[in-house]
Amino acid sequence: MRGKTRNVGIYVILLIFAFFFLLPVYMLLATSFKPLVEIGMGTMWLLPKQPSLEGFTDSIQRLSPNLWNSFLLVIPATIFSCLLGSINGYIFSKIRFPGINLLFLFVLFGMFIPYQSILFPLIQFLQKTQLYGTIWGLIITHVIYGLPITSLIFRNYYMEVPDEMLEAAGIDGAGLFKSYFLILFPLSIPGFVVAVIWQFTNIWNEFLFAVTITSDPKKQPITVALVNLAGSQMIQWNLQMAGAIVAAIPTLLVYIFLGKYFIRGLMSGSVKG
Amino acid sequence: MYRKKKWLGFLIISPTLAVIGIFVYGFIGATVRASLSDWNSFKKLLSGEFVYTGLRNYERLFADWRFQTDMWNTLFFTVFFLFGCLLIGLILASLLDRPLKGGRVFQSIFLFPMALSLVVTGTVWRWFFAPGILPNDPAGINVLLGQIGLKSLQWNWFTVTDTIGPFNLALIPVIIAAVWQLSGYTMAMYLAGLRAIPESMTEAARVDGANAWQTFWKVKWPFLRPITLSAMIILGHISLKIFDLVYSMTGSGPKNVTDMPSIYMFEKTFRSNRYAEGSAIAVIMLLMVAVVIIPYLISTLKKSD
Repeated sequence: MRGKTRNVGIYVILLIFAFFFLLPVYMLLATSFKPLVEIGMGTMWLLPKQPSLEGFTDSIQRLSPNLWNSFLLVIPATIFSCLLGSINGYIFSKIRFPGINLLFLFVLFGMFIPYQSILFPLIQFLQKTQLYGTIWGLIITHVIYGLPITSLIFRNYYMEVPDEMLEAAGIDGAGLFKSYFLILFPLSIPGFVVAVIWQFTNIWNEFLFAVTITSDPKKQPITVALVNLAGSQMIQWNLQMAGAIVAAIPTLLVYIFLGKYFIRGLMSGSVKG
Repeated sequence: MYRKKKWLGFLIISPTLAVIGIFVYGFIGATVRASLSDWNSFKKLLSGEFVYTGLRNYERLFADWRFQTDMWNTLFFTVFFLFGCLLIGLILASLLDRPLKGGRVFQSIFLFPMALSLVVTGTVWRWFFAPGILPNDPAGINVLLGQIGLKSLQWNWFTVTDTIGPFNLALIPVIIAAVWQLSGYTMAMYLAGLRAIPESMTEAARVDGANAWQTFWKVKWPFLRPITLSAMIILGHISLKIFDLVYSMTGSGPKNVTDMPSIYMFEKTFRSNRYAEGSAIAVIMLLMVAVVIIPYLISTLKKSD
């Protein structure tokens, strides 16, 4: 009996928290499904009388080139950085030589720096190599600055694979590459899922590189386009809110369907050895 | 045989080491160098001439009222943001650490903001806290407050210029948005920690007649303390360099009430071509983050050996 009343108390507190967490979501949905004529302060918190997809069709029309840019950026950047991370993670977890932990630290520090501290030289570099303002410039940037986190995710993952499995292959005469491709790589699918999700989400959501490396609105990723849309359409809140949903959908889908792996990536970001 | 493997291993990671060496450390070096130069106009940068000006750019910054405001804003933002995330995360994790019908649903509700871009969060919360023109023309949450009879709580949110000492009250909505986005992270960390506590230990405490409060402090907290430290460092370094959220939600605000070093750096470098001063801000941001991160990295990797 006592346990039951306690559970009721717990539900009440959880529901209060959930209410406040979902209040902005309610506002977001209520606004984005309103036709422009219903956008007014008095009706802001009411559900739309005549739900409309106006905001969505309009924002998709404006944002679709940028959505496409984001996909063109995210897919290659994610694939390259995960492949490199896997190889690095293999060496950092399985090959022991003096100073290797120090080298790992050397790499790892790169994921914590404020990117402002490398931004100006990076842009000068991209200008010199004709990559400034291009999607490829952004891809290379994300692959490079993604190396620390992907190496970390795979290192943590491969730490769990017993050394004996690799050594058994070593006795058979398999070399470093062979034991990686024959034994470790096939075991790596869960590791790849975590790293791919992590990189996909982060690169999709990233803003600082996107806004400073691309200046042509046609080449900008979705996050920059969303900020510009919000800045230029002060009245059409339905358009802005629908745009926010459109920008969020790819990562939200990943979260909904692969949430378990998303959380695992979240945890490995806190470095545990 | 083994020796060969080690060399080969080193060879395989050496491209990564070289790339990180150049793009992280080399570029940091270049930024430090720029911060000591007189590149404060496009013409001077283009001349390619390096004129060493010592710490003049830093001196100018620390004497700059806007930069001083930025440092105070960063301090208060970081403290309240951390406190909010840790407290809410701990409360939610403690409530959800039991078999509970619908527990997974609640977890998903609290965690999904983590999957969003800070830019999306900023855009949504900007509309949420848009104050409108008070008292007659409210917007955002002020409308709702007026409709439910809480007109007295209407407030100019992120455009107020009121302060308590050096604390800009306009930061409160930004802190709320940031806590909304990231307290799910602390919840997940604490939840993982609580689930790692052997049940025999909490059971033993219960048998010994410990109440819930005692069980928490004596049995659970020792497990949660290292998690708290990790979360503080991860969230702390995020808040020291926060840019996207503030830029898309409020910008600098009136009288720089919600300005941050990252925004000032962005404007100096990309809007007013004062590259040297922009670089000096970047270096200061890096130093703040390094003080927090380096000891943490060293200690976690030592532990893993």
